[in-house]
Amino acid sequence: MAVSIQYLNGIMTAKLSGELDDHTTQEIRKNIDAQVEKRHPTILRLDFSHITFMDSSGIGLIMGRYRIIKFLGGELQIVNVPLRIMKILEISGMRALGIDIKGVGKND
Amino acid sequence: MIEINEMNISFLSKSINESFARNVVASFLLQLDPTITELADIKTAVSEAVTNSIVHGYGDQNGIVYINAKIFDNGKVIIKVKDKGCGIDNIERAMEPLFTTGIERAGLGFAVMQSLMDNVKVQSKLNKGTTVILEKNIIRRYYNDDKQ
Ligand SMILES: Nc1ncnc2c1ncn2[C@@H]1O[C@H](COP(=O)(O)OP(=O)(O)OP(=O)(O)O)[C@@H](O)[C@H]1O
Ligand SMILES: [Mg+2]
Repeated sequence: MAVSIQYLNGIMTAKLSGELDDHTTQEIRKNIDAQVEKRHPTILRLDFSHITFMDSSGIGLIMGRYRIIKFLGGELQIVNVPLRIMKILEISGMRALGIDIKGVGKND
Repeated sequence: MIEINEMNISFLSKSINESFARNVVASFLLQLDPTITELADIKTAVSEAVTNSIVHGYGDQNGIVYINAKIFDNGKVIIKVKDKGCGIDNIERAMEPLFTTGIERAGLGFAVMQSLMDNVKVQSKLNKGTTVILEKNIIRRYYNDDKQ
């Protein structure tokens, strides 16, 4: 399973693992959206610590979840982003959108 | 600049082949002794171009995606990703960041390719297909005389 989802006190944490591309994001998107629709979390946290590859399909995944969670009045957090994946996120200028992104081992 | 090696693959436009394609190209390039970063950059760019052929070029149709890669003695790598799909009517607009005709897409594939590679060229004809040419110079860390 490329995503495991936990829910506690309004915070939904989706732990992603493996390679995030056009193929793998299809399944991950379905899983996350089904859970978000069911629980309406106030925070959706995507944990990237076990992501080994990402292309722009991953950016599409993030932006899509961002739209949904904003619509529901919640907040999106991206945590434990490995350096390599951060490089792709920087190219996309996603911080400018107001998405909360934290690298591996960093608190800011 | 002397060509030292070349590879060709073709495969069906199925999304499961996206990882196959980028990993084959990366394996082929190992003979240039690239850094992990150089290899990861190329892998990502190839993934972008291949995904575009599968998602946009062919869409619901089944088609064949072709990849040709050449390496040169000075460390230059030229990778061509080609499809015989729907083609792009306005290449300039397609390459603009955030432009997309897809659903749930960022429109950043070309921006990612351009930022990770030294040069990106796009040739396309409506209803004929698209070829994306990706170029990168791998820094040679030692001179390899072997021309096989
Ligand atoms: N091989 C292709 N055949 C036909 N159209 C293409 C092809 N490659 C790109 N395009 C067109 O160019 C647009 C931009 O491509 P780009 O990769 O930058 O973004 P995207 O694929 O839409 O989104 P993302 O790559 O962020 O998932 C596409 O939406 C599509 O309209
Ligand atoms: Mg794309």
